[in-house]
Amino acid sequence: MKSAVVVLPGLNRDRDMIAALTKIGGKPPLTIWQTDTEIPDVDLIVIPGGFSYGDYLRCGAIAARMPVMRAVAEKAAKGVMVIGVCNGFQILVEAGMLPGALMRNASLKFVCREVKLQVANANTAFTRSYSAGQIIRCPVAHHDGNYFADPETLARLEGEGQVVFRYAEGTNPNGSINDIAGIMNEGGNVLGLMPHPENLIEHAHGGSDGRGLFESVLGEQSRILTEA
Amino acid sequence: MNDLSVITKISVASMIKARVTVTLKNGVLDPQGKAIEHALDGLGFSGVGSVRQGKVFDLELEGTDKAKAEADLKAMCDKLLANTVIENYSVTIT
Repeated sequence: MKSAVVVLPGLNRDRDMIAALTKIGGKPPLTIWQTDTEIPDVDLIVIPGGFSYGDYLRCGAIAARMPVMRAVAEKAAKGVMVIGVCNGFQILVEAGMLPGALMRNASLKFVCREVKLQVANANTAFTRSYSAGQIIRCPVAHHDGNYFADPETLARLEGEGQVVFRYAEGTNPNGSINDIAGIMNEGGNVLGLMPHPENLIEHAHGGSDGRGLFESVLGEQSRILTEA
Repeated sequence: MNDLSVITKISVASMIKARVTVTLKNGVLDPQGKAIEHALDGLGFSGVGSVRQGKVFDLELEGTDKAKAEADLKAMCDKLLANTVIENYSVTIT
């Protein structure tokens, strides 16, 4: 399993993501820069969180139109797995790789806290290490995580099992429609989520509920490597 | 009149000025507009039925072909200036 992390100006969770992929996957991911137009042969591309291009215009809007994102879209079309976390999710939505939009939090406040997530679909490449309906802890840190989609799109997402994570037990931090925290594309190989599973992977983080996502994606091999 | 002012006048004459207005679609929740509405109420401006916040872009385009400018501006809106999932836009050439 070869992975890569996209690094853009203004992203600040790239090192956390690289650490998580290294610790759970057993080897460090490649890094891809904003101007790269070709991405090496990898099985997984991760777009981490932060404030790419200062969140100018709309969160993720500028990043989504950089050359590297055309290359990411080409890889995704060939079936390469793509995960966007937080600003990465916003970038995927702005790039049209995932449906809907992420708007300003309903509270208008930046939220930085822990929420409960329900694994809404455990039958995906991203969540198979979890059980269906499992409730996990996960940190969030964002100002624009209020997921919105028109009624037809929403019905399709719900009907096709594309809602992967939901805020559970009244912890919706942003007013997201249907408590949506993470969705995947129709092909099941592109996932976007607002919470930060990479920040809850080991004892020092106060828990490891986020590991399941990485273990699901990185496969059986990773589970053996990270027993402890 | 010196040479520089002549150049400036020529360049102004061959520019098209345009204003792009981007607003949230009906039915899309606008928490910022709501907050502004409450603040106006707090300032004593009663009777403000609703506030919707949007964005304005003033652009200067080279050339004199207004039809082409309008087509270009619409393409800019579709590709970048507006997120058409949640926003409408209008283009005015001045």
